[in-house]
Amino acid sequence: MAKAINIKDLSVVFGKNKQRQAAIDMLDSGKTAQEIREATGATVAVKNVDFDVEEGELFVIVGLSGSGKSSFIRTLNLLNRPATGSIEVDGKDLMDMTKDELRQYRRNDVSMVFQHFGLLSHRTVIGNVEYPLEVQGVDKKERRERSMEAIKMVGLDGWENHMPNQLSGGMRQRVGLARALTNDPEILLMDEPYSALDPLIRREMQNELLKLDDEMDRTIIFITHDMNEAFRMGDRIALMKDAEVVQLGTPEEFFEKPANQYVKDFIADVDKTRILKVRNIMNKPSFVAKKGMAVKETLEKLKALDMKFVYVTDEKRKFLGYVTIEQLKKSQAKTIDKLINSDDTSIYRNLYIKDAWEKLNEAEFDLPVVDGKGRLRGILDYETVVEVLAH
Amino acid sequence: MFKLLNVFLTFPDDLTIDIAGPIDTFIDWLGDTFRVFLDGFVVFFTFLLDAVQNFLFFVPWWVYIVLLFIAVYKLYRLSTAFVLSTLLLLIMLLGFWDGTVYTLTIILVSVLISFVIGLPTGILMAKAPTAEKILKPILDMMQTLPSFVYLIPALMLFNTFGRVPAVVATFIYAVPPLIRLTYLGIKNVDESIVEAGESFGSTSMQMLYKIQLPQALSTIAAGVNQTTMMAVAMVVITSLIGARGVGRDVLRAVQQLNVGDGFAAGFAIVFLAIILDRLLQGIAQKLDMTAQGDEL
Repeated sequence: MAKAINIKDLSVVFGKNKQRQAAIDMLDSGKTAQEIREATGATVAVKNVDFDVEEGELFVIVGLSGSGKSSFIRTLNLLNRPATGSIEVDGKDLMDMTKDELRQYRRNDVSMVFQHFGLLSHRTVIGNVEYPLEVQGVDKKERRERSMEAIKMVGLDGWENHMPNQLSGGMRQRVGLARALTNDPEILLMDEPYSALDPLIRREMQNELLKLDDEMDRTIIFITHDMNEAFRMGDRIALMKDAEVVQLGTPEEFFEKPANQYVKDFIADVDKTRILKVRNIMNKPSFVAKKGMAVKETLEKLKALDMKFVYVTDEKRKFLGYVTIEQLKKSQAKTIDKLINSDDTSIYRNLYIKDAWEKLNEAEFDLPVVDGKGRLRGILDYETVVEVLAH
Repeated sequence: MFKLLNVFLTFPDDLTIDIAGPIDTFIDWLGDTFRVFLDGFVVFFTFLLDAVQNFLFFVPWWVYIVLLFIAVYKLYRLSTAFVLSTLLLLIMLLGFWDGTVYTLTIILVSVLISFVIGLPTGILMAKAPTAEKILKPILDMMQTLPSFVYLIPALMLFNTFGRVPAVVATFIYAVPPLIRLTYLGIKNVDESIVEAGESFGSTSMQMLYKIQLPQALSTIAAGVNQTTMMAVAMVVITSLIGARGVGRDVLRAVQQLNVGDGFAAGFAIVFLAIILDRLLQGIAQKLDMTAQGDEL
């Protein structure tokens, strides 16, 4: 089960004791991080950051270097200790954890992928990948099995006995990712994981991560300085500048109402149709029928909501098809199971709008949006797309 | 008037202070207070030295040449193996093999003690900032004090001539590089690797054994190499307090003004140093796992 993270009034301050304290005292004075640095000599890396990350979300933090994004993500496993504020993971504040609890949290709940990979150069690929299990004391056989699974997941099988410096940058980061996945963490922290890679590999890795994300139930915090990457990856995005969050929202919210000129400049050369994905602009259906539902109940619901048809899923939200209101009215059956029309118009949620456009043009209804496991995630209608692109 | 002027010209004698006296008293006090302990020490070291020495004498001379040849061939290549084996053979031909075994015994035992004490000390220095602050100046002092100075207290403390004070003096002189390089090796482990280890919930011990020591291994091996070289240099000087070995041959030659004998014994020591240095460097390179393979 993925976990939600609630961040309240979080600040990170670096500096010598006295200067640091002076800077901490000034945090709530309304001064910017730069003004505080000039006044005290201490660096405010993160200042009064306040937001919630929902469970299962792919949350991207974007900003230029020095904006505090790396300092921020490192507080989420307490590699950096915040000066003030709280970080609650599933309701438990990290700051209240004992040394032992923190170690357990790091071992079981959270993993990190590093910009410069952070691979143990004295160990083979599998030696690296099994490290998180090894420190937990998992026995060798199970360790190897689970590590091989993770290695296969990132497409590195056959390379497990190589040393990290025999691998290319992209492959090394795959090792980093596999290592972060072996302990099956609920939270995955990715600190500029693809910044050191060349653009082609980067694109490939992004798509792979999105695919993985679809298949796993995991909260991911992803850091990048590349707006294109941020928009391509993120369910929601926080833009950081000078230690503070300038704007937080979904990609289309950034396009629709940028908070200020800085945000506008930041997103200026982003091509929306190549960046925005179906998942970014899809709507939540107001009602989805479950397989096994009574005809009568479904019909009433549709009438009440003024809908002409409804999508049907099974108990696990897997998309099955649709049922129209006419069918329901005529039907003598008890449940809607026999009425379901199969539907092949469903689109994958990570499709770029550019690629979904054609299908949308041909469709009679709104398009059902599904994830990698075929679960219904939302609906996409023509008007929304036109509206987004018009902005 | 003249006397007053003189004060400015030469440093006044009556202002000098005497620290030699207190140091003597301190060493005496150490010797008296820890007599039993120190005597136990002597017994233990004599036992250790005898064990190593007997073993070295037990192995026939040609085995050393063969083993050296194989080891160097594995570490480097055929020509190096040939050269180093020839050097060893030369030591024997010059008639210094027995002396070399005595010398080698002292070297091996002091390097062993240096390792047993130096490694944990280096780790402590890397992990505890307080230890770092205290130990750094002490290490500086240990390395800059003229090596002869260690001979006398070692002699006095153990109340005996020969091998045991020689080992102790050699240890004091030779251990600093090992401590320093262990410390440096651990300190210089790539920050991102240490952080990765931390982020997966390693304990301090797991960090040390699974990350820091393996990463620092080649640096530590370089430390062992340097310590050994320092021990080779010191072991010659320990002949002054009666340690047997090639050093004593050098000393006798100097006392009798025998140029030829002096150089012959000197060469034996140089050859021994070269052999040990090459051997240990080769091992250090083999241990540097991080340098294996080429980048793609």
